[in-house]
Amino acid sequence: MSVSAKTLDKNEYFYGHKACAGCGGSLAVRNVLKVLGKNAVAVLPAGCMSAVGFNFPQLCFANNAIISTFAGTASMLTGIEAGFRRRGIKDFTAVGFAGDGGTADIGIQALSGAIDRNDNIIYICYDNEAYMNTGIQKSGLTPFGAKTTTTPAGSNIHGNIRPKKNMFEIVAAHDIPYAATATVGYMNDFLNKVEKASKIQGTKYIHVIAPCPTGWGIPVSDTVDAAREIVDCGLWYLAEYENHEFKLSRDPKTFTSVEDYLRKQARFKHLTDEDIKIITDSRDKKWEFIRKNWN
Amino acid sequence: MEKFLSGDEAFAEGIRLACPDVISAYPITPQTIVVEKLSEMVEDGSLDAEFIHVESEHSALSCAMGASAAGVRAFTATSSQGLLYMAECLYYASGGRFPIVMMNANRSTALPWNIYGDQRDSLSQLDSGWIQAYAENAQESLDLALMSYYIAEHKTVSTPFMVNLDGFILTHTYEQVDVPTPEQAKNFLPPYETENKLDLENPKNMAFSAGPDTNYIFKYKEHAAMFRAIPVIKEAEQKFAEIFGRQYSGLIDAYKAEDAEYILITLGSIAGLCREITDKLREDGIKAGVIRIRYMRPFPAEEITKAVSHAKAVAVLEKDISFGNEGTVFTNICSALQGAGLTVPAYNFIGGLGGRNISHQNIIEIFEKIQSGTANRVNFIGIEEGENS
Repeated sequence: MSVSAKTLDKNEYFYGHKACAGCGGSLAVRNVLKVLGKNAVAVLPAGCMSAVGFNFPQLCFANNAIISTFAGTASMLTGIEAGFRRRGIKDFTAVGFAGDGGTADIGIQALSGAIDRNDNIIYICYDNEAYMNTGIQKSGLTPFGAKTTTTPAGSNIHGNIRPKKNMFEIVAAHDIPYAATATVGYMNDFLNKVEKASKIQGTKYIHVIAPCPTGWGIPVSDTVDAAREIVDCGLWYLAEYENHEFKLSRDPKTFTSVEDYLRKQARFKHLTDEDIKIITDSRDKKWEFIRKNWN
Repeated sequence: MEKFLSGDEAFAEGIRLACPDVISAYPITPQTIVVEKLSEMVEDGSLDAEFIHVESEHSALSCAMGASAAGVRAFTATSSQGLLYMAECLYYASGGRFPIVMMNANRSTALPWNIYGDQRDSLSQLDSGWIQAYAENAQESLDLALMSYYIAEHKTVSTPFMVNLDGFILTHTYEQVDVPTPEQAKNFLPPYETENKLDLENPKNMAFSAGPDTNYIFKYKEHAAMFRAIPVIKEAEQKFAEIFGRQYSGLIDAYKAEDAEYILITLGSIAGLCREITDKLREDGIKAGVIRIRYMRPFPAEEITKAVSHAKAVAVLEKDISFGNEGTVFTNICSALQGAGLTVPAYNFIGGLGGRNISHQNIIEIFEKIQSGTANRVNFIGIEEGENS
C-alpha cells in the first residue's frame, strides 16, 4: 500500500522538540517515523535533530532513540541492529537520521563500512546543505556559490567554490541494495521510498533535501516551496538505485528558472549572472549525463 | 584444562567463556591475535556471537555501544593509535554507562612509530571513565576477561572496563594457562541483564544532552559508580576463587611489603622481575618489597598508602611519561601519599618507553638509588643527566 496523507500514521513520534520554525529536517524525521512506526529504533548523531530533541529531561522521541557520536551514526546502527537480533527481536527497524555534514563529511567512513557489510539498516541523510546546528558552516554538501559563515561572499570569493559531493552515486558505487534521493517538498515520493526501503533486506540509503530557513535565508513558510523548486529547476533530482541500476523517479520535460530559485534565498543573493550561468551549465551537464546513462 | 597460550590467546579464551553477543573489531598490532582467535571461534561454532568487521576503531567502539544500548554483551579490543583514534567513544561509553569490555594491548604511541610495549596509550585515557586493570601474565589475562564482565555489568557499577596487556611481552609470550570449563564460567558470570537499554515495550531516549544543572549530577554519579566497583571487585574475586581456585588480591598485589623498608611500585608484566630482584636483595639483608598496581581506576589510594606507611622510601617504575611533568602513575601515587599525610620519599623511574628493555641491573639500581637517597625526583632509566638536552 502506498503512503499518502490519508494513510499516514496519525500517531506522532517526534514532538515537543526545539527545532526552528519551518525546519525541513524535523519534518523529514517526523514523517519517516510515521512510516516506520513505533518499532523504529532511531540513531541521530550530534547535529540539529539531536540538539533539539534530546535535552534531558525533555526527550522528544516516542519511539526508541539514541544520540551517536558525530562520526558514528552508521556504526552505532550496526551495533543496535546486531544487538536486537541477538535478543531475538525481529519486528524493528534500525534507522539513522544524519545531516549533510554528519553523512558526507565526518560520517562517510562509518557509512561506507556499514554498506560494505550490508547491515540491515536504513540511513537517512537530511541535507540542509551546511552545518546549520553550529551556525551555518560549509559542509561537503554545500552547493557552489552558497554563502555560509565559513564561505563568506566577498568581492574576491563568491561563497562556496566547490559543488556538492555526490553522495547518492558514492553510496550507489558500493552496490547498495537500495538508495534514493528525495525532498521534503515531494513528501509522497519521499515517504514511499522510505516504505520501500523498510521492506528491503540490507543497507538502504535515502538522501532527502530538507531546507533550513535560518541557513538558506528564506521565510519559514517557504520550506516546502523551496524543497519543491530545487527539484523543479533541476538542481536536485529524484531517483532510485536498485538492482544495480539508476532510475529517475521524475524526469521533468522543462525546468523552472535556476535564477528564480537562487534569487529567493539570502545565501545566494550575492551571485553574479556569471555565477548563475556556471550553476545552470552544471545542471545541464548533470542532466545530460543522467539521461544518457540512467533508465 | 592446561594449555600453552600467549596473552592474546588466553584473553580470547576468556572472552569465549564470557560469551559476548557482539564483537566488533579492527586490527592493530599487537592486539590482532585476539580478534583472529575470536573470529576462528565464531567460524568453528565454539563461540556464538556476531563478529562485526568494522572499518575503524572509532566504529569498533561505536558499534559496541550500539550493541550495549540494545541490551547485549559487547566486546572489542585495540591498542595504541587505535585507542587514541577511538578516544571520543571512550568518554561516550562511560558517560552512557555501557559496560563494554575492551582489551588494550599496551603499545607506544607515534611519533616516532613503534609497535612495542609501553603504557602511555592507556594511561593517557585514565580520565575517560573506564575501569582500568593491568594484567601481569597470561593466566591473569584470561581471568580478567571473565572478571571484567562481572564487575562492569554489576548493577551498582555499570561502567566500561579496559583490560591492559603489555604489548608483545605479555600479548605474544607463551605460558601455561589453566582454561576453565564453560560450565565453570557459566556458574561465575551471570547473563547480562540491564534496564539501561532500548526497549520496544518501554521506549527510551538514550545518550541525551544534559545542561549545566543536571550534567554535573550525571558526572558525579559516574564518579561514585567507579568507587562502587571496589567492593564488587572483591566480591568477584571471592566468587572467582570459589569456582576456579585462583585468588586475586584486589586493586593491588603486594609482595613482601609488610615489613619492607624500600618498596618498588609498578604495574604490568615487569612485576615478576621486580619480585625476583626483591628476593635477591632480601638475601643480602635489604628489606625490599614490591607493589603491583592491578587497577589504575578506581585508583587504589588507600591500599597503596597502607602498604607503604612504614617504608623508608618508595620507587615508582612506569612505562609512561606525562611530558613536561612526570610519570602519571607517580603523580597519582604522590597525591595518595599526600592525602594520607605520608612523608615517605618517593621517586619516579621512567623506563621501557617504545619497548626498551628494563633489565635486572636497572631494577637493582632503582633499589640502590632510593636506599642511598641519590635518586632524582624523576629518573629516566638508562639516560644520564644531560643526555636528554
